[in-house]
Amino acid sequence: MSFKVPTELEKEIDERVTHYPVSKRSAVLPVLHALQHHFGFIEEEAIEWTAAKLDLEPIKVLEVVTFYPGFRQSAPGKYHIRVCRTLSCAMAGSYELMEEICEKADIDRSGVTHHDPIAVSKDGKFSIEFAECLASCGTGPVCLVGDDFHEEVKNVEGLLKQYK
Amino acid sequence: MSAISYRSGKEPHPKEHRVVFKNVDREGWDTSIATYESEGGYEQLKKAFGMEPSAITDEVKKAGLRGRGGAGFPAGVKWGFLPPNNEKPVYLICNADESEPGTFKDRYIIHQDPHQLIEGMAISCFATGAHLAYIYIREEFPEGAEILEKAIAEAHEKGYLGKDIQGSGFDLEIYVHRGAGAYICGEETGLIESLEGKRPYPRIKPPYFPAAMGLYLCPTIVNNVETLCHVKHILEVGGEKWSETGTPNNTGTRILCVSGDVQKPGYFEVEVGKVTMGELINDMCGGLKEGRELKAVIPGGSSAKVLRADEVFSVGKGDDARELTIWDIPMDFDTLAACGSMAGSGGVIVIDDSRSISWVLNNINNFYAHESCGQCTPCREGSLWMKKITDRVVAGKASPSDIDTLDGVARNIDGRTICAFGEAASWPTESFVEKFRDELVADTDPELEDDFLNAEAITAAANLG
Repeated sequence: MSFKVPTELEKEIDERVTHYPVSKRSAVLPVLHALQHHFGFIEEEAIEWTAAKLDLEPIKVLEVVTFYPGFRQSAPGKYHIRVCRTLSCAMAGSYELMEEICEKADIDRSGVTHHDPIAVSKDGKFSIEFAECLASCGTGPVCLVGDDFHEEVKNVEGLLKQYK
Repeated sequence: MSAISYRSGKEPHPKEHRVVFKNVDREGWDTSIATYESEGGYEQLKKAFGMEPSAITDEVKKAGLRGRGGAGFPAGVKWGFLPPNNEKPVYLICNADESEPGTFKDRYIIHQDPHQLIEGMAISCFATGAHLAYIYIREEFPEGAEILEKAIAEAHEKGYLGKDIQGSGFDLEIYVHRGAGAYICGEETGLIESLEGKRPYPRIKPPYFPAAMGLYLCPTIVNNVETLCHVKHILEVGGEKWSETGTPNNTGTRILCVSGDVQKPGYFEVEVGKVTMGELINDMCGGLKEGRELKAVIPGGSSAKVLRADEVFSVGKGDDARELTIWDIPMDFDTLAACGSMAGSGGVIVIDDSRSISWVLNNINNFYAHESCGQCTPCREGSLWMKKITDRVVAGKASPSDIDTLDGVARNIDGRTICAFGEAASWPTESFVEKFRDELVADTDPELEDDFLNAEAITAAANLG
């Protein structure tokens, strides 16, 4: 399948680029965010498309994609979950939360590594990774499901049920 | 609006002094510009246009406002570093990358009172001569970014942003720029690189002090969310009056965030230095959990050096010399520094006697190993070595001398890196080893002492990859 950016999305991206009147290169992150939001992850063609859009060498985009944990280079599940791993959430049970979500959503994390931190459920519905501090240390354990933020997550079944 | 009331269960503690957080959890409050204007919103911006820009900077200097992001550097002094007779454009960046573990204050300002931030920024832009400003917000606040963009659009519509604001002749555009999950973007020069569309490798100072050579190598002011909000309130009452809250050299209010082993974790805006650690933990957070005793406190975000519960701190000089227990420490910049730690970003993490110190330190080391940008060798390699050693300690696969190695690694990072991440990553280990050596050593196995050549095999055996 060839990579095609819908007209509406490209319009939105072109508008974003105008926020950086001094240097188009500054728009690398917002362009990648828009593409990832639409396609779910950043594939090679998305890197080339971004580079062409911003008059950059593709390596200048690739180096950004590979640095920031917020960009994914492989397809996540339909709903991507990020569980906070850092101290206050860990003290409030985020490791246990991770285990329980994996168990209930049938996700096997045994193959995750630093460079490939995402595990996808067998049915492709959920994917999961640990995130570093989500800045809500007083209401741990917390997680993001897509763009939805969940605090004091105790009821995993109820959480997963919200996502059809 | 009538008298202020707060949502049930979210009422401020009587020891709080709400200024920046006045509208957080407030009954009937929303993020619309109509609500904000109904309470005098954008009046201070209008007032600012009647003043000389330098007079605003003077008020901020008089107030003694110290940066609320972590370093505690006086904001007015930072603004004063802008080169005189500058002919380049000036930029202002709001650092909304809030990512120091233990810190969760800017989240509530952004989500519940976005116009306060925009007004504070607009005043600060007028004072510093910036016509283009960015809010660098962490990617993990997607809703916050949307709220801010909506608020900016509203402010535009009402003529508080854009061309010739309120007939003043002053132009200003503010844009929201989302990060992508990297802690190092909270470091101001790393943030600037990121905003230029690059990897956020921090720049070396000198020469790259942002006020002289920042975004696009032009003079740039980078301030934290809470700091910029305070500018509005300083203008409202005047710098001198504002500085009457708090304590000398630690003026104003600040938001403390408490998490970990307390009954009621939360956020509290207090006059700086007017509340002690004991009052914060016991009165405001409802004390420790049932039957537990305090073991340690990390007072200013996870980078801050840990304080042990039974330490006695000697602070002050001459007539002011005194000894403090951990409970007596006033939560201000200078006393926490005198106690050998820092007030940092205001994130207080409380640790009770149910916690393994090795586990706590290992969690922190995991964070810094993950977040090191990799630019400087001591930090890139050292942060990972520290993590690997504490991984082994937690797994019972470390030898007692590993604790010395751990300390040695930390002390070889500190002071040998381009940015302060080196200190942030090594201070936890340095202070934990200094104050909890016995406990760390107790988790090691003396029989492994001669196995040091086989560290990789031990790591593999413990499945710690």
